[in-house]
Amino acid sequence: MELLTDSFISAILLIASLDPEVFSIVWVSLKVSGISTLIASLMGAPLGFLIAYGSFKGKRILIVCLNTMLALPTVVIGLFVYSFISRRGIFGPFDLLYTQKAIIIGQVILILPIVTTLTIAAISRIDERYRKTAMTLGANRWQTACVIFREARFGIVAAVIAAFGRVIAEVGISMMLGGNARGFTRTMTTAMALEYDKGEFILAVALGIILLVLSFGINLIFHFFQGRTRT
Amino acid sequence: MQKRYSILKVILPVIAILLIYGVALGEDKIIKMATTTSTQASGLLDVLLPELEKDTGIRVKVFAKGTGAAIRDGMDGNVDVIFVHAKEREEEFIKEGYGTKRYAVMHNDFVIIGPSDDPAGIRGGTNAASALAGIAKAEALFISRGDDSGTHTKEQALWKITGVPLEVRKTEILKKGKKREISFVFPENSIAWYISIGQGMGKTIIYADEKHAYTLSDRGTYIKYKYGRKESIDLEIVYEGDPLLNNPYGVIPINPARHPHVKHDLAEKFASWLISPKAQSLIANYRLMGEQLFYVEGRR
Repeated sequence: MELLTDSFISAILLIASLDPEVFSIVWVSLKVSGISTLIASLMGAPLGFLIAYGSFKGKRILIVCLNTMLALPTVVIGLFVYSFISRRGIFGPFDLLYTQKAIIIGQVILILPIVTTLTIAAISRIDERYRKTAMTLGANRWQTACVIFREARFGIVAAVIAAFGRVIAEVGISMMLGGNARGFTRTMTTAMALEYDKGEFILAVALGIILLVLSFGINLIFHFFQGRTRT
Repeated sequence: MQKRYSILKVILPVIAILLIYGVALGEDKIIKMATTTSTQASGLLDVLLPELEKDTGIRVKVFAKGTGAAIRDGMDGNVDVIFVHAKEREEEFIKEGYGTKRYAVMHNDFVIIGPSDDPAGIRGGTNAASALAGIAKAEALFISRGDDSGTHTKEQALWKITGVPLEVRKTEILKKGKKREISFVFPENSIAWYISIGQGMGKTIIYADEKHAYTLSDRGTYIKYKYGRKESIDLEIVYEGDPLLNNPYGVIPINPARHPHVKHDLAEKFASWLISPKAQSLIANYRLMGEQLFYVEGRR
């Protein structure tokens, strides 16, 4: 219990002291996770839509593959991307390894399947009659798509939230591709892993508490956003 | 009835076997040791531990981490013995009553490694401090362990004598109701060239190799990464030989007065075996890629 109470008070101390290091860590985490969620959403939601409404050969096997990719371990993604962007890899000359860009690449690969599959699920749940009604009312293909997207927006926002939750909590990719460089690629999770390695459990748990509070705040914003669109 | 009897006949021996096995396991001489990554990564433990078991019957469960974390494990009583390299911290550890005695086992040395073209021009410098000062002056990339390990402790001690202006970073935390500060030092205004990554020695060497940067490493891990892998690294030793780069390793059994559950007798036996003539000659004769890694105490 002592560890928890100490950690809790230390977390408050850390925030109250406006510690620049903590702010840098939080900022890097939010920035990297935000950008990768944005990219993955912009790619994954339309992709999910196309797969859900398209009829093509191998559609089912494609969905099975996407579902399998939900179980992709971060270490595998990390290794895979590493082999491409390491100095001896194909993209070595771009000097991507141990940068925030490298983390974003890995994280987009991680959550693209999440956004895509959850979008497919959200859209498949929309009643077929919406599409037919829109089309009878004279909507063209693009307008029909907009109607369906509108109807599925809660499901799609849920997909984005799930994806964001996955990347902000992820440690394998950030550690392997970001390298945990202080001030550049140190995120909340890699900082926690480091404090654990150093044996500074209190600081590690304090950072964990801050992460949870942050996620809570972000989900609250999403919640209000969803609530407002409903009226 | 006949059936139940036969089931009992099967189950009873199984229980008996499990019991015997459990008792035997309890009697087994197993101790837990927290150590630094270098003793394990260098392969030394793979040579020592089988001989230890042959001589004393003691088996050792090894947990390899940074020295800071290993000392932490010792303080918390998670292990029976620690095998680390940060002499001043070890002495403090004993003074605070966590350990009973420090056995000086061996030493090796730290080396400054860097890109072969040596952009900071520190090759052949007069001492370790001036080599680091050269890196700072040239603002050449330097990768720091930054993980509170023995190597990181040594690096900070070296920076302190370079004369380079330093910055101290402090983080306040609460420990057992008391405020406590965690601090580390690094060169001032070095954001562009001093990268603190908080990872183990091996990862740090790979990081430095990727970034064409300098770093401080223990000789053993460096040799392992330079010659012991299929994919070699480009980094070379650019400075070595300063007596300040001496890196002594010590073994400390955990104090049973603090943690009554530790196997102090076995830990003590293990520690004295390590300084026995046999173990010492094993250490002195240990070669990795033809290079001697560790020197027994009092030989150099």
